[in-house]
Amino acid sequence: MNALPSSLSATVNAEPVITLDGIERSFGFVQALRGISLALRPGRALALVGESGCGKTTCARIIARMDHPTAGKLQFRGRDATHAGTGNEERTYRRAVQMVFQDPFASLNPVFTVHHHLARPLALHGHAKGKAALAKGVAELLAGVGLEPDLTAHKFPHELSGGQRQRVNIARALAVQPEVLVADEPTSMLDVSIRLGILELLARIKREKNLALLYITHDIATAAYVAEEIIVMFAGQMVEWGSTTAVIGDPRHIYTQLLLSAVPDPDRPFVPGDSARFLGHAEEVRRLSRPASSVVEEVGPDHFVRALGTPS
Amino acid sequence: MSGPLLQVRDLSVDYLIDKGAFRAVKNVSFDIGRSELFGLAGESGCGKSTIAYAITRLAKAPAWVAGGEILFDGQDLLKLTEVAMQKVRWSRIGMVFQSAMNSLNPLMRVEDQFHDVLRRHNGFTREQSRARAEAMFKLVGVPVNRLRDYPHQFSGGMRQRIVIAICLALEPALIIMDEPTTALDVVVQREILEQVIDLQRSLGFSVLFITHDLHLMSQLCNRIGVMLKGELVEVGDVKQVSQAPKHEYTRKLWASIPQLPARAREAV
Repeated sequence: MNALPSSLSATVNAEPVITLDGIERSFGFVQALRGISLALRPGRALALVGESGCGKTTCARIIARMDHPTAGKLQFRGRDATHAGTGNEERTYRRAVQMVFQDPFASLNPVFTVHHHLARPLALHGHAKGKAALAKGVAELLAGVGLEPDLTAHKFPHELSGGQRQRVNIARALAVQPEVLVADEPTSMLDVSIRLGILELLARIKREKNLALLYITHDIATAAYVAEEIIVMFAGQMVEWGSTTAVIGDPRHIYTQLLLSAVPDPDRPFVPGDSARFLGHAEEVRRLSRPASSVVEEVGPDHFVRALGTPS
Repeated sequence: MSGPLLQVRDLSVDYLIDKGAFRAVKNVSFDIGRSELFGLAGESGCGKSTIAYAITRLAKAPAWVAGGEILFDGQDLLKLTEVAMQKVRWSRIGMVFQSAMNSLNPLMRVEDQFHDVLRRHNGFTREQSRARAEAMFKLVGVPVNRLRDYPHQFSGGMRQRIVIAICLALEPALIIMDEPTTALDVVVQREILEQVIDLQRSLGFSVLFITHDLHLMSQLCNRIGVMLKGELVEVGDVKQVSQAPKHEYTRKLWASIPQLPARAREAV
């Protein structure tokens, strides 16, 4: 297993809620995750950025305990939690770690109202008892995510827009009063004009509730907007990580540079006749970035880059 | 023939609902020139896809074209018989839709899907279709030896390239692309769109490019139209719409996109 600098941000002292140390996950011959190490700290947002298939969702599923690593250690509040514990331990873990999924249209039950979606976790986790307390709890949750309680609580999911549904999803996750929120591409199915509102909401609840936020995306621009720290992944490996300012401001890995250069930029129109060059370049970057490598260089304070491996 | 390739005049489209109708597109007019890349921007539900469906006459009930003209090469598409319209679709106007990756038939080899289209529209034999399919695969950069593969054997980006290749095989004059890369990551998105730009330059077709991403649109298009609640609120040259937007909504749309700091945006 790779010995990786496991503290992503030594400068921040808050004890991590969740730590991954050298997490590996393979599906048959496919190495989906290779030596993932990270820490989620209260009040901090960490972004996991990479193309589809790079392993970011597998990583989220492991953190949410919907999947298990083949090797490596997962710690929760400083204690080993790699393997399923007793019923009580599992409940505590799941209460502390909540997820918001990509598809706001598929993640709410179409036959239940918004009230039901929020009242159920409140009641199950004992945060509210009795009709009046539940109604009050639901109203508070909705107001907290920027929805009008009187107008929303009685509605069914199909009566809401995509952005509103995603807000309900976030409220549902918050109902459990978690310590960690894992948001897997929460805005990629929403309009550009709605995205910013959801990102601002995530940033606000992180601050107000002192949540540890793991934000997963293929859009490095939104990652830079939300997170204090960024991990760039490629082919199951962390290729570059550190503080957002360092990674975005001074990208060192060729894949990070490629990713940044491909973010739509109105000031840089596509040049006709350039496609062969760009495609060749992108393919070369992928080829060079794919091989496993255990050499990690600290290129600056809170900024790490993996050296390129040897192509097989 | 001279003059614009496509002229949309006072187009209105309704969705019939329980009580009356909801007007999704309100008196929209715009032109697309020959070899022009025209972009239509706006948020979901603003009517941009409805326009795409109206142009190809694929709008199905409860959608109803309530008025206007769609002149393609001077001919009103709304007045064509269904049989005549079928000749226009694909042969003259190609379409790449949002979920185009899923618009390939999962049970057919890719080569057969080329043949299906080419036989129907051009009366090609299997050998002719194969030759054309090979040429198209080369054009969009997919290895020719994969023509016998099934759609699920390709990545999302490759499938989108194949759809574009099938579309180009009939040499259409206009290609409508409705959010063609929204489901793909930024690197693949740029790869595909740079290819589209190069193909457009060499083959000379026009493009109606529909997306909600103004940044992307202005990297690609010559002119841009911005839609809000069924109305075209601003049309202009890409420079004007991006640097001096006239409409309040266009300004808001620009401001809603998180942007990277300038130094991170160096070209590669």
